[in-house]
Amino acid sequence: MTRVNAEFPKTFDATGEFDAAPCMNCGTCTALCPMELTSLPRELFRYAQLGMADKIGQHAETVFSCLLCRMCEVNCPSQVKIAGNVRALRAYLNRKEGV
Amino acid sequence: MSANSLPRKHVIGILADNLRLRGSVMPLSGRRLTAWARGLHLPRGGDTVIYTGHMYQMMPALGSLEAGLALAAKLSLTRLMGLGRWVNRLVDLSTFMTWPSGREQREYDGRLRRIAKRLLAAKVTFGYLYEKELYTGALLYDLGAEEVFRSHAQKVWHLLKAQGVKRVITVDPHTMDMLREVYPRYCPDYRMEVVSYLEVLSQAEAPAAPNAGKMAKECVALHDSCLYARVLDVVEPPRRLLAQDRRPEAEHAQSRAATHCCGGPLESLFPDKAETVARTRFAQLEQTGCKSVAAMCPICLHNLRKAAAGKGIEVRDFSEVLDR
Repeated sequence: MTRVNAEFPKTFDATGEFDAAPCMNCGTCTALCPMELTSLPRELFRYAQLGMADKIGQHAETVFSCLLCRMCEVNCPSQVKIAGNVRALRAYLNRKEGV
Repeated sequence: MSANSLPRKHVIGILADNLRLRGSVMPLSGRRLTAWARGLHLPRGGDTVIYTGHMYQMMPALGSLEAGLALAAKLSLTRLMGLGRWVNRLVDLSTFMTWPSGREQREYDGRLRRIAKRLLAAKVTFGYLYEKELYTGALLYDLGAEEVFRSHAQKVWHLLKAQGVKRVITVDPHTMDMLREVYPRYCPDYRMEVVSYLEVLSQAEAPAAPNAGKMAKECVALHDSCLYARVLDVVEPPRRLLAQDRRPEAEHAQSRAATHCCGGPLESLFPDKAETVARTRFAQLEQTGCKSVAAMCPICLHNLRKAAAGKGIEVRDFSEVLDR
């Protein structure tokens, strides 16, 4: 069972940068990722949009394993600011864990 | 947590505490930070300054800390890092945990000196903030330590404003990205012209280069930094400089906007993963057949040099390649 929180997307982003709405789930990012990350960015961005905070927490290592190299971002057909979104997820996890 | 990864919460916590309490993720003395400029007689401050962002100066200490942390991870000692964070708030632990070699410090200082000398030879006028210069906070920005970073960025901006700086010449991609792309979003009245030394040199009148007049020598494989290639558009300037120096560059598939990361961004949390990425990248550069690789960022340089160990290929800073 997964808990969904409709308020989460409005409150989790302290950076004000998170915007995954244009993502059409094409998979270009996954194909190009030098780290071969499969859940980041697409899956994790969806969790954030749906307010599935637990799922983001479960994938914390993946969130921090992104190189922020922007190989995905410059090739994204929907021009999603992927690096900024990943930073927003990191900021959320840091806040949640009391860093 | 994967094997040999470091406890994220405590690592980020210690880095954030250092930035908040001591102004840098790797606090170094003013003497150490400015050693590279000794004897160059650069004016203090001015409208235009060279801004090192401490990146080259930090690398020998970070390299030494990295080795210590990798050993601690293997010995499962990293579970004590929570205690370490608490102690670090009172006493700067990096003083006891880093043993940078004098040789490495001289090498990194030498790279900054080469850059400054090359600018001076090209008749570029600039000053230096010496011990007043601050680290930009780039690592904490990437790690998402939002509040600590915001406050630090504003401190750096206040410093630049108070010193009357209007234009900065940066020497690495991370500092350039912070000062040009990121700070405007964190400092409301931020105004600054930010350029790379590579842009400045490639636009300046070319000084007589040591290689000029000689026939083309060995080729060099350029490792484009992710930020220079995909964010800051510093792609052509190093190539123009190589051409002026009559140095053939080996074009390869994973260059320019298609460049592959060196793994450096993972070094602070996942040293093993960083090493794997660096090895992959080095193998791509090795395939060019060149015996010389040029990096334009001290983090890339550090990681690629480790990956190149024993392979018979020299990884050098771009400033060193220009000098040969």
